[in-house]
Amino acid sequence: MSNLFCSSVGKKLVMSISGLFLIMFLFVHLLLNSFLLIPDGGEMYNAGAHFMATNPMIKVMEPVLAIGFIVHIVYALILSHQNAKARGNVAYASGNKTQGVSWMSKNMLILGVTVLAFLVLHIAHFWVKMKVTGHDLLAHTTIKVGGVETEVENAYALVNYTFSQLWVVIVYAIAAIGLAYHLMHGFWSAFQTIGFSNNVWRVRLNIIGAIVAWVVGLGFAIIAVAQHLFFQA
Amino acid sequence: MEKFINITLKVWRQNGPKDKGRFEIYKLNNITTDSSFLEMMDILNEQLIGEGKEPVAFDHDCREGICGMCSLYINGHPHGPDDDVTTCQLHMRKFKDGETITIEPWRSAAFPVIKDLIVNRSAFDQIIASGGYVSVSTGGVPDANAIPIPKADADEAMDAASCIGCGACVAACKNGSAMLFVSAKVSQLALLPQGRVEGARRAKAMVAKMDELGFGNCTNTGACEVECPKGISLSNIARLNREFLCAKLQD
Repeated sequence: MSNLFCSSVGKKLVMSISGLFLIMFLFVHLLLNSFLLIPDGGEMYNAGAHFMATNPMIKVMEPVLAIGFIVHIVYALILSHQNAKARGNVAYASGNKTQGVSWMSKNMLILGVTVLAFLVLHIAHFWVKMKVTGHDLLAHTTIKVGGVETEVENAYALVNYTFSQLWVVIVYAIAAIGLAYHLMHGFWSAFQTIGFSNNVWRVRLNIIGAIVAWVVGLGFAIIAVAQHLFFQA
Repeated sequence: MEKFINITLKVWRQNGPKDKGRFEIYKLNNITTDSSFLEMMDILNEQLIGEGKEPVAFDHDCREGICGMCSLYINGHPHGPDDDVTTCQLHMRKFKDGETITIEPWRSAAFPVIKDLIVNRSAFDQIIASGGYVSVSTGGVPDANAIPIPKADADEAMDAASCIGCGACVAACKNGSAMLFVSAKVSQLALLPQGRVEGARRAKAMVAKMDELGFGNCTNTGACEVECPKGISLSNIARLNREFLCAKLQD
């Protein structure tokens, strides 16, 4: 057990588990974002954001999530470095003409870096403003939570303002599609790595993975585009 | 139908492990499309000997696709452009008249070049020696039904056992990973009762040796499975992961 994470399979297990954990986070995030599609002036979204900001469970999960990201990124770099070394420094002059290998499976690092670049921007856009620096648009507003008048931060106003900028929407949509491609390979690969796959489940996992990837990718993209097109005051 | 083609060969030449190596161009005329790829290489070498040059060194042995000795990375594919065959079973009818054929050795840090197109694949032998066997004599041939084995398991074990250890999986892998090879060896034994007993120890020992020898980590691209001359399935890698992780969790 002790040296599990020194082995190649053990390191891949870390990628697999952290990746699946991050996919779960994406679904929670997407669920919250879906409230942005409700035309109620952001009341439901603000209630959701208030719940996420005050729930003790979420307070615990926030650092865990940060660790999940860091572990996934650090191990990706370690594994990629080892793989480049194992490959050797002489490339094939005739290239690689193997048919039937998906483009994303060969470019997970590039897709990952794309998602990471977006993540930095995304944290600067929202997390920093909500948690650290504060922002004028976040001025308190009163909504009804379960029939009780509650004073909450107006997270909706900040989201609505951010998505009023066309370049932001374009960058977010591109990143969401990059994420979808990352998950197209990442989802099934995670299950293959923990050993939960065979000739039957490989097909199923690939189909489920494609559905997960595009629900998440297109979900985030559509919400951003919809905010820009239909929800600007 | 038999045809004769003229081809240009771009062959990797390297005098020894420390030599830098370079490509050399050779022209071959009137090669019958009925000849195998290695027969074409023999013709090339006879031509080179006739010219007083050193012949191209390449690995080969049985020439009937079962020993795993031949290698060669031909026009972007390990074992060339044909599917499910080794280089010795590749025929010149797969190539066009006037075509330039690029021939390279397997490229992987764990398979260093010895000379020209020959690489040192003894890393695979070391992995097998670390645990790819059953360590007690299982006796003579038992009664057919003395140990019941489900047909599906027997088939999968047999499919895994068809791995000839040629190293095409490593050559095809962008990570230089030997997971398809190791997983086939672990699977063929893990699926049958005689091999099952030492399953946990075997998976741990073989993965440890594979890592130690500098093979890369599997990223499940599936290139190995596509290029494998024996069609070894990626599902073996899932089984190896399962065997290895379960074994580690029991420690």
